Amino acid sequence: MKINVEPPRETHLKLSRRAFLASSAAVAGTGALVIGFRLYRPFHVPHSAGDPFDSWIRIYPDNRVELVLAKSEMGQGVFTALPMVLAEEAELDWSRVRVVQSEESTGTGGSGSVRESYLPLRQAGAQLREVMISAAAGRWAIPREECFARSGSVTHRTSGRVLSYGGLVEQARRLPLPDAKTVRLKTRGEFNLLGRPLPHLDIPDKTTGRARFGIDVRPAGLVFATVAQSPRVGGTLIDFDRSPALQVPGVLDVFEIRSREGIRQVAVVGRTTWAAMRGRDALKVRWNPGPHAGESSEAMTASMRAAFDKPPEWTWPTAHISATPAGPVKQIESVYEYPFLAHAPIEPMNTTIHVQEGRCEVWAPTQDGHGVRKTVAQELGMPESNVRVHVTFVGGGFGSRFNKAYTVQAALIARQMKLPVQLVWTREDTIAYDEFRQCGGQKLRGSIDSKGNVLSWSCHIVDTSITGPCGMPPQAWEAPDLETFLYPIPNLHYTYSQIQSAIRRGAWRSVSESFNGFVLESFIDELAHAARIDPYLFRRRLLASDAPPPQAIGQNGAAAPTPKQQQAEALLAVLDQVAERAQWRSPLAKGRGRGIACWRAYTSYIAQVAEITSTKDRFHIDRIVSVVDCGQVLNPNGVKAQIEGGCTMGLSAALREAVTIQNGVAQEQNFNSYQLLRMPDTPTFETYLVDSGREPGGIGELGITLAAPIVGNAVFAATGKRLKRLPFQLDEASL
Amino acid sequence: MPQYALQINSVKRTVEAEPEMPLLWVLRDLLNLTGTKYGCGIGLCGACTVHVEGEATRSCQVSVASAAGKQIRTIEGLAEKDLHFVQQAWIAEQVPQCGYCQSGQIMSAAALLAVNPIPTDAEIDDAMAGNLCRCGTYFRIRKAIHRAAQEMRS
Repeated sequence: MKINVEPPRETHLKLSRRAFLASSAAVAGTGALVIGFRLYRPFHVPHSAGDPFDSWIRIYPDNRVELVLAKSEMGQGVFTALPMVLAEEAELDWSRVRVVQSEESTGTGGSGSVRESYLPLRQAGAQLREVMISAAAGRWAIPREECFARSGSVTHRTSGRVLSYGGLVEQARRLPLPDAKTVRLKTRGEFNLLGRPLPHLDIPDKTTGRARFGIDVRPAGLVFATVAQSPRVGGTLIDFDRSPALQVPGVLDVFEIRSREGIRQVAVVGRTTWAAMRGRDALKVRWNPGPHAGESSEAMTASMRAAFDKPPEWTWPTAHISATPAGPVKQIESVYEYPFLAHAPIEPMNTTIHVQEGRCEVWAPTQDGHGVRKTVAQELGMPESNVRVHVTFVGGGFGSRFNKAYTVQAALIARQMKLPVQLVWTREDTIAYDEFRQCGGQKLRGSIDSKGNVLSWSCHIVDTSITGPCGMPPQAWEAPDLETFLYPIPNLHYTYSQIQSAIRRGAWRSVSESFNGFVLESFIDELAHAARIDPYLFRRRLLASDAPPPQAIGQNGAAAPTPKQQQAEALLAVLDQVAERAQWRSPLAKGRGRGIACWRAYTSYIAQVAEITSTKDRFHIDRIVSVVDCGQVLNPNGVKAQIEGGCTMGLSAALREAVTIQNGVAQEQNFNSYQLLRMPDTPTFETYLVDSGREPGGIGELGITLAAPIVGNAVFAATGKRLKRLPFQLDEASL
Repeated sequence: MPQYALQINSVKRTVEAEPEMPLLWVLRDLLNLTGTKYGCGIGLCGACTVHVEGEATRSCQVSVASAAGKQIRTIEGLAEKDLHFVQQAWIAEQVPQCGYCQSGQIMSAAALLAVNPIPTDAEIDDAMAGNLCRCGTYFRIRKAIHRAAQEMRS
């Protein structure tokens, strides 16, 4: 994967790094040494014109170290993992590292913060280390080679003299920085920090109530707002009576807002959030239902089922390889279905904005600081340079916080109020106006011969697609990558048809993996059982047919393994290990069962086994064993947290979650009906990490993918019932 | 508007509020105690959990009028000094991810341990079933509660 760091534009070339940094207002006059760099930006977010960097290392003469990072911390641990990389290369004293949120924060998503920023972080760290060594060598008037850096200071090897980085700042500021592209990087053998299970830097404040999320921002003079918006996509405001709302104690103002796109809504501003909520409850608003009021989940399901038997709208090109069956051929056909899902982070959507004299300050719990700045600037008709965005801690992202609907609303309300305004979406708003994970289903046909060879696999995906009116074709994000399909299948055939829907859709943690993992790893399990082969051995055999033969590895003249072979090899390794760790072959009591699955995503690999107990009217998930190969492990503590947490979220979706549409409206809008997994249903986790030596892979979206198939496969093993519809109905799986 | 005297974290605070205003919003918007979180407003997520007379209570379901005169403890006042055993265990087990629900989780756990110093897994599950965590930290929460229980005993 290529690092998405743009070359400096022409205007930047005229501006030397040093000149730019000297003018950096944030640190002017502090005497700090500042090194700027850029972190990876997902989704092709452009860099703003005036600024070559979005992140900085600042070292102060008193030895304080600030790492200013342009990523959003939403629980995935980037405010520990990224500093670890910097501190490793820069030889910083870890106990002195402080993380500061950059005001140039960019997109955080796609499991890319570590994976794609690893190199720029290391280069910036190495620049710091090397310039400090040069500064010390200069001070002592000795060759650089006689010095080494460690834990925030430079030591002269022979004399044992030591100078702290802080003491070298002034000297180092006058030296040229080594070129980031050619600076020496440490070898893995030289690492001291990376690979150690370090405590996350943000955790202490998250146990005392001190951590500040977007909804906790309290600038002086703050007022609070709610918005009444059309319950249906495309519905329009007819009229409203503000007087009952104004009579609610604490309500300050009620007015119409109109976005640049012409969407009309009603804002209620109060002294407290509660007053604004009650004011909105009292408000009398009439809405035109709009063109999509007839939408329902029932109709979508019916059109999906009908589409399975019609010719597809799209066919992916794949090669057909003839396979000679051994003995009679068995055909298996299955339909899997999955519902709309809400992100439902526990911090409701909110944004705080203060507009004054053509300038604007924004506090946003967002995955997209840059997008917030752009949206606010556009909506208020001011240059982006007049908009300051403070990204706060994010109380759960999962893809939900790319949504800009509330950003627009907050900007419009703040312009009217001329006071700092905090717009809060209620829980109901947060679910109802969410951008849901797409819903739909897949019809599969597979054939196997008597030896268990898979001869063909065809799949018709019929879903709403994730794409809205953004110009992408509907099938763009729906199918698994066929080039690197999990298993070698001679006749692989994927087709697509779309269910038309105006319901808002968006990226939900792991995007299409969240359903493709379920479908693919459930259906392969069906094929294994149809072939009467143990599901672990069945997968193993398929993968082994793709992996390079062991004797070919490492031999002179042997061809380098292809990406597909590397994938098969990595999958085999985690699959074998998970079978061993979970004692796959050990017998289980009646009513208990194990399910296995493996997956690859974001250049990482995972295999998992679930163990369940089925009783008369329900089943319980007892234990989940995971083996993960995410390449080089930066912080095992954080990686395990992501696997456990991601898998728990996946279980929640598998067992509980669905958004049902009726008359164009989401029927589940709070936790009474949109159920999330709770502690009594949480299994124990055993998570093992394999360090295969590759560069770090993504981890935030890996753990969620297999929760449904391992449970479904375990239920089948225990009860003989194959669960094909999400969320799983517990009574379908009773003994 | 009526005035209410509240005992919050052993300090007397006086607020002017509508009698039915939920304690949650009194804490957050009138007293700037933002450690207690809004999550659902219907008492089902537990993010707003505080102690009222020592009992884990959803502050979105308690009116300021009914809270007046009672001993209220929030996450900001849980530790008498430094950190409470539960907070220490949360750090030791590296529980929080996004962290938003954790004030409520910690308050529920502290209330449980105050009445049941050696809870079983089932008792923990039962006491914590009202607290949602979207990041999925339940497994580490269970471990942290066992650890806190052990530390409190020794």
